[in-house]
Amino acid sequence: MAIEHADVLRAAHLARLGLNSDAEAAGYVDDLTQILEMVDRLQAVDTEGVAPLSHPLDATQRLRPDEVTERDQRERFQACAPATEDGLYLVPRVVE
Amino acid sequence: MQWETVIGLEVHVQLATQSKIFSGASTAFGAAPNTQACAIDLGLPGVLPVLNEGAVAMAVQFGLAIDAEIPETSLFERKNYFYPDLPKGYQTSQMAQPIVGKGEVEIVLDDDVRKRVRIHHAHLEEDAGKSLHEDFHGMSGIDLNRAGTPLLEIVSEPDMRSAKEAVAYIRAIHAIVTYLGISDGNMAEGSMRCDVNVSVRPKGQETFGTRAEIKNVNSFRFVERAIEFEVERQIELIEEGGKVVQETRLYDPDQDETRSMRTKEEANDYRYFPCPDLLPVMLDSAYVEHQRSTLPELPTDKRNRFETDLGLSTYDAGVLSATRPMAEYFEAVLAVCGDAKQAANWVQGELSGHLNRENIDIRNSPVTPEQLGGLIQRVLDDTINGKAAKQVFAALWNNEGQSADEIIEARGLKQVTDTGAIEAIVDQVIADSPVQVAQYRDAEPEKRGKMIGYFVGQVMKASRGTANPQQVNSVLKQKLDEA
Amino acid sequence: MHQMTLTELARGLKAGDFSSRELTTSLLDRIERLDGNINSFITVTREQALAAADAADAARAKGDDRPLAGLPLAIKDIFCTQGVRTSCGSKMLDNFQAPYNATVIEKLQAAGMIGLGKTNMDEFAMGSSNESSFYGPVRNPWDETAVPGGSSGGSAAAVAAGFAPAALGTDTGGSIRQPAAFCGITGLKPTYGRVSRYGMIAFASSLDQGGPMARSAEDCAHLLGAMAGHDLRDSTSVARVVPDYLAELDTPLAGLKIGLPKEYFGDGLDSEVESAIREAIKVYESLGAKVCEVSLPHTHLAVPAYYVIAPAEASSNLSRYDGVRFGHRCDNPVDLEDLYKRTRAEGFGDEVKRRILIGTHTLSEGFFDAYYRKAQQVRRLIRQDFLDAFDEVDVLMGPAAPTPAFDLGAKKDPVSMYLQDIYTIAINLAGIPGISVPAGFSGKRPIGLQILGQHFAEGQLLNVAHQFQQATDWHRRSPTDQETN
Repeated sequence: MAIEHADVLRAAHLARLGLNSDAEAAGYVDDLTQILEMVDRLQAVDTEGVAPLSHPLDATQRLRPDEVTERDQRERFQACAPATEDGLYLVPRVVE
Repeated sequence: MQWETVIGLEVHVQLATQSKIFSGASTAFGAAPNTQACAIDLGLPGVLPVLNEGAVAMAVQFGLAIDAEIPETSLFERKNYFYPDLPKGYQTSQMAQPIVGKGEVEIVLDDDVRKRVRIHHAHLEEDAGKSLHEDFHGMSGIDLNRAGTPLLEIVSEPDMRSAKEAVAYIRAIHAIVTYLGISDGNMAEGSMRCDVNVSVRPKGQETFGTRAEIKNVNSFRFVERAIEFEVERQIELIEEGGKVVQETRLYDPDQDETRSMRTKEEANDYRYFPCPDLLPVMLDSAYVEHQRSTLPELPTDKRNRFETDLGLSTYDAGVLSATRPMAEYFEAVLAVCGDAKQAANWVQGELSGHLNRENIDIRNSPVTPEQLGGLIQRVLDDTINGKAAKQVFAALWNNEGQSADEIIEARGLKQVTDTGAIEAIVDQVIADSPVQVAQYRDAEPEKRGKMIGYFVGQVMKASRGTANPQQVNSVLKQKLDEA
Repeated sequence: MHQMTLTELARGLKAGDFSSRELTTSLLDRIERLDGNINSFITVTREQALAAADAADAARAKGDDRPLAGLPLAIKDIFCTQGVRTSCGSKMLDNFQAPYNATVIEKLQAAGMIGLGKTNMDEFAMGSSNESSFYGPVRNPWDETAVPGGSSGGSAAAVAAGFAPAALGTDTGGSIRQPAAFCGITGLKPTYGRVSRYGMIAFASSLDQGGPMARSAEDCAHLLGAMAGHDLRDSTSVARVVPDYLAELDTPLAGLKIGLPKEYFGDGLDSEVESAIREAIKVYESLGAKVCEVSLPHTHLAVPAYYVIAPAEASSNLSRYDGVRFGHRCDNPVDLEDLYKRTRAEGFGDEVKRRILIGTHTLSEGFFDAYYRKAQQVRRLIRQDFLDAFDEVDVLMGPAAPTPAFDLGAKKDPVSMYLQDIYTIAINLAGIPGISVPAGFSGKRPIGLQILGQHFAEGQLLNVAHQFQQATDWHRRSPTDQETN
């Protein structure tokens, strides 16, 4: 399946990756085209009736008891934050 | 043209776990910002989720309460989108294989008509944080305390046909989750939030009209008002030749209207895929049966039992089973006094009056069910009359005594039923009121009925309210009429 | 000291030949002197290392005889280390001081090991040459014009260059085994779930696995024993007893059934690599092993399936780098959109962006079934190939990479780079363990023999590798043999 310029722009938007120029986008179109051509080898395989495999082991989810085990570490966690005030993370105004 | 309204609801219920769905951080409400957001809730590099058994158990209990199928395997998936209150850039949710399958909820409408609403499924997911818009130099502040709080999203079929039905449905869900104890049901704190899908179609038409989704409505009343506004808007729009567009709208309680949420409707593509950090959840029948064994009596069953076995009216049974604390209080009173009608009257009357007046939750009632039951016992065995009972209740409410008996004793409220004693007071009152006695005796017999009230009042006053009113009446009649 | 194995160093510490402080100081000095060219470390934690060494010496004086106590270790910069920059090779995390320790780090610290610093790597572990690092490429200590392999290139180079006796790596598609092969060291990728992933920055969650890189299989056995085990913080880690990997090392190989997947000896395999591998197989035959050819018929689909699954998971895993709670944030964002787009455009390098774009595209509406679902189905077929092969043989052997280390800058287009992992990638899809051991040279550049086992057969792999190392001395060769000091 070919990938179009618009597909790359759409993926970049969904992934919130800023592209600086058309040339940059065009570069990714070329790269992704190559990669998807390679990936397209998958289409030749008959996988009728094969269940998808998400995890390499046939394991099931282990559950955690409902207990509070974490204490407040706000100061430590916010030490690596770019912008905080009054314990809040600051972001450009959220419009709702 | 005759229009029909079609409503489907997605109700997000915050589960009452101690810790979050994927981390050991507390879910308590009202903590200082970000003090309950641990490394996992913040989505720090390298952290991993571990599923909370409590959330799973609560979801299964809900499923069992609505007779839903509990699939053996359920899966968590990632719903990918960017938003500042969503720390990882995805919400861990369920889509293809939710934990609760198809079920059914019975709703009761005003005229006691009952209707069944089908549940499409219910799934577990994590809540997001909150954006605060006070002015931080033109910035918004993000509090992630709520991020990772477990939610059960209950998705109905579009089975409701009026705002009233929608509200009855939400009340039914509220009753179930609070009965199960899986949520505090506190809508003001956001423990239950509804997304309402509304469409209209000409009566008789089979296909659905285009629906609008009203997001995040958080009270019974707002749900009703939002739907009413939206239905009117859609009908007007269509009748004027317009078309309803599928969109997300917001209900504004101040203006009492719904508004389109985005000016440019952005096509979302959430790219759901199985969460590679969480393995499939397998629930065997032993686990499900164990959860079933923990279920309490559910609201519909309780209501039916109150009506059939206790002989309460439909109305009383409905009110007393509406919430679990109310039902539990009532049943505790009943256990002590043994008379369902009296218990129902007192709980709905004197007790609810006091609670409402002072805005106190029944769980924090200053009068315990044991105290109220003890009080009713004394009414039933004629120890006190109704007037004294109210005094005793007020004393219990104000914590002026430990029990009805103690207060009755201390205040000498025991009803006087000794005819001799009553006669003595009556004689005294007659002797002290020569003018009134003369007027009474001069009056036509049909007017005397009214006039006797004065004497009853005097006797009751003289007995400090303890005389048995029926006895007082007959003794007075006898003595006044005999001359 | 810089060429000794962990086992030998442990003996030296025990005998009092040198202290942990002397050992640690000597390695730190060596790094300072010689890593300028190699560029194997992003951060050297001298102070912490010396403090830990002193503590280890003091404990030893009081009778502490834990086998790994006082031994130094290099740590791939993908493992969170509390209070120390944990960059993942990315500008995005250049300013990120991890506020907590990865489980593996906690376990190794508890065993008394000493972290020397954080090693260079491909950005977010995406690469096979260590050229995608924000901190610049790593050079191969055997030949500085060659790449060290990737993504654990810094770890492999540090061990080969004599900076550290051992290192931690992670392997999502070959990132331990291929650089181990390129740098002439021993590197083990354990079974998925054997080692906790908590605190190991995620690339592709269903494929990532941490493991040891060292100078011998015996050293890897020591390390794996300390790293492995169930972790309550990682629900994909397996609750299964960790065996004593040392106990199995000396089991004789007579009767061992070795399968050679014919697909691993086909077109594209460098002839010198092939002959080195065939020589190694002969060594095994001389040890009493039986060799036969097997087939893994879906091998050619491993790279395509991987380049759907890994980027898809990565595109989602890397969404958390949004400039809000940690890491890089662009200057003066005008609105949210701008914050996200510029932060991520500035913070991520080219290869990372490429993979985010592929992953986002293949997961999006209209493409999901054709790509993601299909790749997951093929993944099952690939795993089944291995399960079938292990019905017939005990272990599989082949090359770890189709060529020896290639020149820096040689692979210009992404697909030719991806095909580097043709022999390693299927192992991650299947979740089985694999080890690369030194097995010869092509000129100055080492060649690695890859040995694969069934799920949780790490003990057997280490045994099979150890027996080879008892019979050969490839693993004792060092690029520093010619050094004068």
